[in-house]
Amino acid sequence: MRICVCVKRVPAPGSKINITADGQQVDTTNLGFTTSPHEECAVEAAAQLVEEHGGEATVLTLGPAEAEEQLRYAISVGMHRGVLLATADGEWDPQRTARALTTAITELEAVDGPFDLILFGNESADAGGFQVGIRVAHALGRPMVNGAKGLSVADGAASVEREADAGRETYSLPLPAVVGVKEGVNLPRYPTMRGRLASKKAEVASNQPSADAGGLAEQVLKSPPERTSQTIVLGTGPDAAPAVVDVLEELGVLS
Amino acid sequence: MILVLIEHDRGSLAPASLEALTAARTFGDAVEALTIGDTADGLAADLEAYGVTVVHQAHDDVLGDYGPEAWGEVVAQAVRALSPAVVLATGTDRGNEVLAQAAARLDLPFAANAIELRGSADADTLDMTRVRWGGSLLEDASLTAPTKLVTVAHHAVDAAPADTPGAATPSLLAVEIDPSLARTVVSGRVEREAGVTLATAPVVVGGGRGVGSADGFAPLQELADELGGVVGCSRAVTNNGWRNHTDQVGQTGTRIAPDVYFACGISGAIQHWVGAMASKHIIAINTDQQANMVTKAGHAVIGDLHEVVPAITAEIRRRKSA
Amino acid sequence: MSDASSTVPSSAKVVIIGAGIVGNCLAGHLARLGWTDMVLLDKGPLPNPGGSTGHASNFIFPVDHNKEMALLGVQSANQYRDVDRSVDCGGIEVARTQERMDELQRRMTSATAWGVEAKLLTPAEVKELVPFINDEIILGGFYCPTVSVVDSLDTGTLFRNEAIETTGMQVFANTEVLDIETEDETATGRQRVTAVVTDKGRIEAEYVVIACGVWSNRIANMAGATIPLVPAVHQMADVGPMDVLVETNNEIGYPIVRDMDTFCYERQSAGSMEVGSYAHRPILHHPDEIPSNDEAALSPTEMPFTQDDFDPQMEQAIELMEMLGDAEIKYAINGLLSLTPDAMPCLGECPDVDGLWSAAAVWVKEGPGMAQVVAEWMTYGYPRVIDAHGADIARFYDHERNDEHIWARASEHFNKTYGIVHPAEQWESRRNLQVSPLFSRQEEAGAFFFQARTWERPQWYESNADLVERYGIAEREVEWDNRWWSPITVGEHLNLREHCGMVDLSAFHLFDLEGPGAVEFADYLCVNKIGPVGRATYTPWLTPDGGFHSDLTMQRVDDDCVNVVTGVFDGGRDLAWIKHYMPKDGSVTVTDRTLDYSTLGLWGPKAPALLAELTDADLSHEGSPYGGIVKVQLNVATDGGTQLIDAALFRISYVGDSGWEIYVDWDDAPKLWDALMHHGRDAYGLRPTGGGVYGSSGRIEKGYRLQGAELESEYNPLEAGLDRPKVKSADFIGKEAYLAAREAGDPEVLMCCLTVDDDHDSQGRRRFFQGGNEPIMDLDGNVIFDSHGRVSRVTSATYGPSVGQQILMAYLPRELAEPGTKLQAMYWNERYPVTVVGTDGPFDPDNTRLKP
Repeated sequence: MRICVCVKRVPAPGSKINITADGQQVDTTNLGFTTSPHEECAVEAAAQLVEEHGGEATVLTLGPAEAEEQLRYAISVGMHRGVLLATADGEWDPQRTARALTTAITELEAVDGPFDLILFGNESADAGGFQVGIRVAHALGRPMVNGAKGLSVADGAASVEREADAGRETYSLPLPAVVGVKEGVNLPRYPTMRGRLASKKAEVASNQPSADAGGLAEQVLKSPPERTSQTIVLGTGPDAAPAVVDVLEELGVLS
Repeated sequence: MILVLIEHDRGSLAPASLEALTAARTFGDAVEALTIGDTADGLAADLEAYGVTVVHQAHDDVLGDYGPEAWGEVVAQAVRALSPAVVLATGTDRGNEVLAQAAARLDLPFAANAIELRGSADADTLDMTRVRWGGSLLEDASLTAPTKLVTVAHHAVDAAPADTPGAATPSLLAVEIDPSLARTVVSGRVEREAGVTLATAPVVVGGGRGVGSADGFAPLQELADELGGVVGCSRAVTNNGWRNHTDQVGQTGTRIAPDVYFACGISGAIQHWVGAMASKHIIAINTDQQANMVTKAGHAVIGDLHEVVPAITAEIRRRKSA
Repeated sequence: MSDASSTVPSSAKVVIIGAGIVGNCLAGHLARLGWTDMVLLDKGPLPNPGGSTGHASNFIFPVDHNKEMALLGVQSANQYRDVDRSVDCGGIEVARTQERMDELQRRMTSATAWGVEAKLLTPAEVKELVPFINDEIILGGFYCPTVSVVDSLDTGTLFRNEAIETTGMQVFANTEVLDIETEDETATGRQRVTAVVTDKGRIEAEYVVIACGVWSNRIANMAGATIPLVPAVHQMADVGPMDVLVETNNEIGYPIVRDMDTFCYERQSAGSMEVGSYAHRPILHHPDEIPSNDEAALSPTEMPFTQDDFDPQMEQAIELMEMLGDAEIKYAINGLLSLTPDAMPCLGECPDVDGLWSAAAVWVKEGPGMAQVVAEWMTYGYPRVIDAHGADIARFYDHERNDEHIWARASEHFNKTYGIVHPAEQWESRRNLQVSPLFSRQEEAGAFFFQARTWERPQWYESNADLVERYGIAEREVEWDNRWWSPITVGEHLNLREHCGMVDLSAFHLFDLEGPGAVEFADYLCVNKIGPVGRATYTPWLTPDGGFHSDLTMQRVDDDCVNVVTGVFDGGRDLAWIKHYMPKDGSVTVTDRTLDYSTLGLWGPKAPALLAELTDADLSHEGSPYGGIVKVQLNVATDGGTQLIDAALFRISYVGDSGWEIYVDWDDAPKLWDALMHHGRDAYGLRPTGGGVYGSSGRIEKGYRLQGAELESEYNPLEAGLDRPKVKSADFIGKEAYLAAREAGDPEVLMCCLTVDDDHDSQGRRRFFQGGNEPIMDLDGNVIFDSHGRVSRVTSATYGPSVGQQILMAYLPRELAEPGTKLQAMYWNERYPVTVVGTDGPFDPDNTRLKP
């Protein structure tokens, strides 16, 4: 089967994210970059599906030229080739991103045939737009379910499981389909040294996308108000147990 | 007019939707609701208290159970038919998914997980503050569209009834749904066993790397059971294979909002914190007084969780039996 | 109940900043030495505040050519063992090249010297210990079974807790130092530390110790001091799990492998292998670029892995261990560690700020030992466990303390971490930082410069190449022995002995002690008595324990002025020592006169006659006696006219031939050079002569001791043979210990000279000792240790052109110090027969050349 996985290069921050002076982006001076966690799982899902069913997996990203790093990483863990839609003007809004991806996927399919499955992450780690995969699916006229915590393919359909308040739901999507994957669907493998070295030699195509901007515009980033708590230390070790239970009684959860 | 998507599961209301209703009222415009599928018709009565004037009800064979494409199509048709200034939903998995589906169909922009909406609903542009990085960062953003599709971040607003109840008059919304959209309707389900879930539990006992092993969670489970709560964990725990990912609290796991969150041996990395920060009260148990989680908690016990947690359980049992 | 630890105490005797391996162990050692009233701070959380300790590779390979690093490595390994946080897994350095195999022979020699068990292995023997190694690409291995893996975080916690329990030390994590306050110390021109300001309050302190690892310089800057180090990346990747490792039940089942030729190591870590690299480009960071604990994805010093830099290393690692190729890279970092300009730590009191101490640029492998060094230093005035002069922070000159220098040197030596470094190896970067006023003349004469700290000094002059033919001198057979050496040195030596030579000594460091208390203070510094005006005193400066701190001359130039003349390697240390001890009441001032005067040494049988060409002064032993200083005017005109310059003639010799150190104004030095060359070149056979003669062959033929080589704080003047018949009545530093040593009777060891009886190796090649701690052995091949554990090792070595033999210097137990005693010395893992000459050198034992 043929699979396309769409990923996004994002910073790998610590517990405090600094913002550049102009408030326009995350200060990445001391940060490394990674692939959004959900998308790492999408890559892993694609690798497993190809291992099971044969075929080929393409990893696609839209982002700065440096996002080639994330493509090669994906290749080092089982993707076969990469396509970079290189932007030079900062982060694109969700509509514009989806339009560009749709165009790119259409072009890839025109050359090599349709993808049976296109995988996204549930949402990007940074922007958290929750929509690019859905927009691409709609533009391509394909079924799409987000939030997959289980994914398998059989008999021309993708079986998707996801968690809901009421329980574990199953969806059966006829291929070709689009699925948004959520962390927990698998435990992504790490690259091997050989995988890493091979990925350096793999084919990564690059081109400049163009698409019209959408209607959601970021103005400025800001840090959430610091949650500082005057922590009351109830004690040290097991001797503190009665004080803890006093607090529980006060809060009324002990009934 | 503000149209609010009411989330439900085969007729049972998702309480999270009440947060969107509460937020919708802040515009001062009329608040109308949309329920999808005839199983939800009975919800109209529940919505009166929240100031809803009209409840638009969409019926179709495809709408018997949840399906993101079909639901998104309903919202899209509602927008075309009703021309609301703003469509709101709560930023749950379904809320975000359905509004994104609707936005795709309408070719309109969509903003997920706002925590503050500013200005008039009828203006061309809606200004807002929305969540990035799962809440570690915020973004001031503007949404320019004839109808503004927005979700309100879950737990960002405390659901509250309106000062004046609404009529919640049912009104059938004529929709035409392509039967092929049944392709993404829930096709099977393993119902959850009765009891609280991580997302809804009043007490969560969370364990981190400090728990040390899968077996180490047994005393945490005992404490949770004693308090009618559930066990949660940090990403380090699932990465180590000690707990299933369904128990993971955090940016890529479950957002929780219990009355009490016990953070046991959890350092408090941002990934975890954004999932736990809606907790009303946090009690940290950690050997390190300087751990992030300790400094963010309301109460803390400095010590080894393996000793402290069983002692708390024993003390609760002692008082219960007294 | 509230958070009681949110404010710091208003005062403490000692504030230690940094709770990594060094700060924690320092607290523990200070507690053991009886210190109380201590506070330990760290900006990060405990037990892992996020510094280099938290991600260190945590293994100790206790072999190093450098004595301080080797012995403190062993010392540290033992301290980890003492707290049971150490596993002896063994380690193997493998060689892929013949050059490396040769180096492993040197490693064997050093291991033998430090008493560390080691042996060379064939590739098959390596494979027996490490079954997954590719034995086809290695030529052999150097195996050391006591290589250990330690738990540095836990060890630090234990030391810290010991200090908390025994002294009530207060510990504040998540506490950031905002400032270090100081006040003027008028008499010395230094600052004196007064308080540490933190985000939790201000602490007045008598002692402030900076043990902040990669952040140390930034913290020191707050007090106006510098700790010259730079945070540098050491890449590490953790790959696994691998069955063969998992099967060891997460114990460390296999020795650590250092793949020396690729600058890489593989160490088992539970079921995985940690691959660490010193091969990548030097990647340096400014301390301000290091993210905080909150900002960092992992920890501040685990910076984002730059994969491209590591890729070449991966291929080499897979080549050595095939199984690494298919294991997952679970964790990879650009780990930060500290590099200094000369690859040695920064220990001791900061020379600019009284009471501010540095315990920095220390790696986990030597952490507990270095902490002990600093603790003893603070307690006893100088370390007891070892002479730490190589790590003394006061060794740096200004030119060495700026970022440009630190970065350039760190960049240059990073890739030498596993390199094969010749004992005489010279730096490529940052040359000509400080040159003599004679520099241009020396360049014209084809000087080959060696850099002594910042100073360029001619080692030999290519313009003397004709001497090689004149004296029939051969190149050395083995390239290593020839490296950083020239046969011209031998020619210059023989020429000096036959005619005369002129040595530029402008790098001498000169400090004037002036004021009403100057002479009394000068006497307090030194063992021997300061003489009358016009006399110089050659004397040790002792540590409070009676070992050598310095060895120098002190010239009484006026009633209230004594000029201290010391070597370029010790100028910084000696100046700091002066300022540490000098009266703070203003009765003494100290002035650095190094750049005011230039010194030219003129020695050889024809030196007196040559010098007489420039002056009519009485140059006889009556007019210019040995040890005396005569002020004269020298006529430096080269056109037959008169051009007078002032000069001080100090009759002394460090080469065994008669002559003088001639002190002139810095700017007059070229005139003196020109005049001496004008009068001496043809008529007296004068040649400019390099450091190869002055510091090495000329000196060692006479058995003259050198500070830092023969003279270290582990040895006292009796052992060094520098004691005098009487002890002066005035008090001086180390007097009590010195008197005790004298009363104890004959010293246990004596500094001796030995000659090499046969310098041919097993392949029939002549080999030349480099003076790099080669062990002395008895005829049975046993290394010789005394009751203090001090090993007999070569402290200096040279080929003595005038005696036609190699000469070694070493401390020997008294019973072996008898002239004629037959012993052995090891070089490149082979033993050579040697014979004890005695406590003096073999050349001109009766000093006939120095007498009238």
